[in-house]
Amino acid sequence: MSGYSMNSAEFDKSLDLTKLKPYGDTMNDGKVQVSFTLPIKNDEKATEAAKILAGKMGLKDPVVALSRTLDKEFTFFVAYGSLIHDVNYNDIKVTTVEVDTLSMQEVDKLIEEEVLEKTVVVIGASTGTDAHTVGIDAIMNMKGYAGHYGLERYKNIEAYNIGSQVPNIEFVRKAVELKADVLLVSQTVTQKDVHIKNLTDLVEMVEAEGIRDKVLLICGGPRISHQLAKELGYDAGFGFGKFADDVATFMVKEIIKRREINGGE
Amino acid sequence: MMNSKLNISESTVKACRETALKTAEQVQSYIDTSSTVAVERTVCRLLGIDGVDMVEVPLPNVVVEALVENNLIEKGASHFLGRAMLQTKMHAMDIAKAIAEDKFDFDNLKDYPIDEINNKLKGYVDDSLKIITNSKNARDNYLNTYGEKEGAYLYVIVATGNIHEDVIQAKAAAKQGADVIAVIRTTGQSLLDYVPYGETTEGFGGTYATQENFKIMRAALDVVGEELGRYIRLCNYCSGLCMPEIAVMGAFERLDMMLNDALYGILFRDINMKRTLIDQYFSRIINAYGGVIINTGEDNYLTTADAYEEAHTVLASQFINEQFAKKAGLKEELMGLGHAFEINPDMTNSFVYELAQAQMVREIFPKAPLKYMPPTKFMTGDVFMGNVQNALFNMVTTMTGQKIHLLGMITEAIHTPFMADRAIAIDNARYIAKSMENLGDEIIFKEDGIMVQRANEVLDEALILLKEINDKSIFKALSEGIFGGVKRLEENGKGLKGVFVKHKEYINPFLDKMISELKEES
Repeated sequence: MSGYSMNSAEFDKSLDLTKLKPYGDTMNDGKVQVSFTLPIKNDEKATEAAKILAGKMGLKDPVVALSRTLDKEFTFFVAYGSLIHDVNYNDIKVTTVEVDTLSMQEVDKLIEEEVLEKTVVVIGASTGTDAHTVGIDAIMNMKGYAGHYGLERYKNIEAYNIGSQVPNIEFVRKAVELKADVLLVSQTVTQKDVHIKNLTDLVEMVEAEGIRDKVLLICGGPRISHQLAKELGYDAGFGFGKFADDVATFMVKEIIKRREINGGE
Repeated sequence: MMNSKLNISESTVKACRETALKTAEQVQSYIDTSSTVAVERTVCRLLGIDGVDMVEVPLPNVVVEALVENNLIEKGASHFLGRAMLQTKMHAMDIAKAIAEDKFDFDNLKDYPIDEINNKLKGYVDDSLKIITNSKNARDNYLNTYGEKEGAYLYVIVATGNIHEDVIQAKAAAKQGADVIAVIRTTGQSLLDYVPYGETTEGFGGTYATQENFKIMRAALDVVGEELGRYIRLCNYCSGLCMPEIAVMGAFERLDMMLNDALYGILFRDINMKRTLIDQYFSRIINAYGGVIINTGEDNYLTTADAYEEAHTVLASQFINEQFAKKAGLKEELMGLGHAFEINPDMTNSFVYELAQAQMVREIFPKAPLKYMPPTKFMTGDVFMGNVQNALFNMVTTMTGQKIHLLGMITEAIHTPFMADRAIAIDNARYIAKSMENLGDEIIFKEDGIMVQRANEVLDEALILLKEINDKSIFKALSEGIFGGVKRLEENGKGLKGVFVKHKEYINPFLDKMISELKEES
C-alpha cells in the first residue's frame, strides 16, 4: 500500500474542537507516527504483527515504514497511520499555576515594597535517593538556566541549595533551622514512581513538624505537573519549561495572598 | 606533544602539570598517613572475606565494625587478621564468620611481632593479587586474539535495575556495535557504606553494583564477544563511599573500566573530601594493577556550571586527576580523563568551541583514552533535535580522536534508554565515524582563528586556576566552590567518621606490594 493516497477526502476538513484529531497535512487526517520494539525476530510475520498492533492502537490504514533488527529476537518498528480517536477539547479542565511571571527585578521590588521587611528564605534540594541536581540547580544557582537567573541572584531572596540525595528528615530539620518561608524539592528520577513516595513522605514530615501552614511547599521536575503536586499536598508543582522567575513570582505572590487572607501580620 | 593544530603553548602545559603535581603532593602526605573503613573492608575482601551475616550485613563490614569497636582499626585490618590467623590457625573467612556469630574472643587476642604477621600474610597477599593478574592476563589474551579496536570505543549504558534484563539489553547493544557496556548503578548506591551482596533484580534508575552482578554480566559479554569476534568491555562505578571495595571486586571479575574520579564524590555526592581522597588512592592502585581504565568525571562540572565559561575548570581538574592517578601508579593509557559536549546549542559557534576544546584536550593528553560525554543538559525531549545534537557531538569525537565515546541517547531527559534508543545512537555514531574517518587529519585551523585563540585562553585560565588551588590548598579551594560551583567543607560531608589516622604499626601489605610493582613497571 502506498503512503501517498490520492483519495483521502472522505472526512470533514473543518476544525471541530469537540472532535479534535492529530494533524498531518490536512485537517482531521489524524496522522500519527509511533515507534516501538517487539521481542520477536525481524521477518514478514513481525511486520504484520506490528501492523495489527498499530491497528489496535487506533491507527487506521497503518503503514510500517521501518523494521530494524535490534537482536535476533528483537525488532524495532516505525509505523504511521490515521488515528481513529478524537478528543473533546472544550471539555478539558486542567489546573496550572496561574501567575503572570515577573522579572527578577520586579520580584525583588515586590518583596521590598509589598511583602516583607525581611528577605524571603528559600531552601531547596533534590531529596530522597535522587542524585540529580540539574533541576534544583537550574532554579537556584546564581547562574540559572537558559537565561533565567537562579534564586541565589535575587537580591531579596535568601536561597539555600542543600544539594542532592538529601534525606527528607534532614531537609525538614534544615528548613526549621533556617526559618525557611519556602521549601523547594526537586525530583528527577521517576522510575517505579519513586518520586511519588518520596514527595508524600516529605509532606507528612512537614506536617509532623507542625510547620505545614507556615511554609510554601513546592515541588518540581521534568515529570511533575501542578495537578500532581496539588494531589500530593503541595502548594504548587513546576514541570518542564519552568524557570526560576516562574517559581519566584508564584511564591512571592502566594505569600502576599496568604498574608492578606490572614489579615496581615 | 603531537604537532599542535591549535598552537598550544608547551610551556604553559608544563607549568600546569608541575602545579597540579604540587597540589597532589600536598594531599599525598595526608593520604599516606590515614586510612578509612572502606580501605580496610577492601583488605578484608582481598584476604578472601565475602558473603553476608544473618541480617544481610556484608562480612567485610562486620569485621571492620568489630575492629572499630575493639579499638583495633588504627593498625589496619591486615594487622588484626594476620594476628588472628596466627593465633587461631583459621582462614580470614572463618575468622569473619566467627566475628559475625559473636564467637571471636577479642579480649584474649595475642600480639605478634610485625615481621611474623607480615610473613603470615605474604602467601595470601600473593594469591590474592594473582587473581587480579590472572584476570588482567585473560583480558590481554582476548585482545590479542581479537585485536584492539581502532577509533573510538562506542560506549552505551544499560540501566534496567534487573541484572538479567541488563544482560539482554547489553547483548543486543553489543550486536548492534557497542564496544563498552556500562551498567549504571541504582540511584543512591554511592551513599551506601557497604556493597550489597549477590545478584539483584530491583533498582531505581540502575542496577546494584555487586560482585555477583559483575560476574553475570562479564560472562554474558564474553559469550557475545566470542560470537562477534570482538572483546566487549564492561564498565561500572568505583565512586561513592566504597571506591576501593568496588575496585577490587571489579579487578577480580575482569571489569575493564571504572568511573573513578579523585574529586567527584566530594562535589556531587557530598562525601567528605578526606574520605574520598584516601579512598580514590587505594582504588586507583587496584585499578592500575588490574589494567582497568579509569574514567574521570569532569563532564559533571558542566552539568551544573556553564560549559563555555567553566571550560578551564574542566582542564584544571583533568591536570589534577592526572597527577593523582600517576601517584597511584596508573599509566596514561589507563587515564580516561573526562569532558563533555555541553555548550548551549543556542550559542553562536557553539560547535566551533566544542571542537576547539576537544582538540585541545586531545593534544594536551595525547596518550590518554579520553572519555567524551554527549549532550545531556540541553537535551529537551525533542528526540528529533536530539539526534542532530548527538550527530554534532559524534563529529567532534571523530574529528579529534576521542577514545571512550559515550553515546548520546535521543531519549535523554525522558527515560533510561530503550533498546531501540541505543540502536539509533549506534547507527548515528557509526555513520559519522565511517564517513568522516580522516576528516580531522585533513583539517588545519587558522593560526589566529577563533579556535586557536579559544584553546589558548582556556589553557591560560586553567593555569591561573591551578596556581590559585595550589596556593590555598585543594581543601580550601573546594570549600570555595572552585569546581562546578559546588562548595564543600573539609570537616563536612558523608563518610568522615570512617577516616582514621594510621598507628605507627599500621600495615597494608596489599597496597605496598601493588604500588611497588607498579612503580617498578613504569
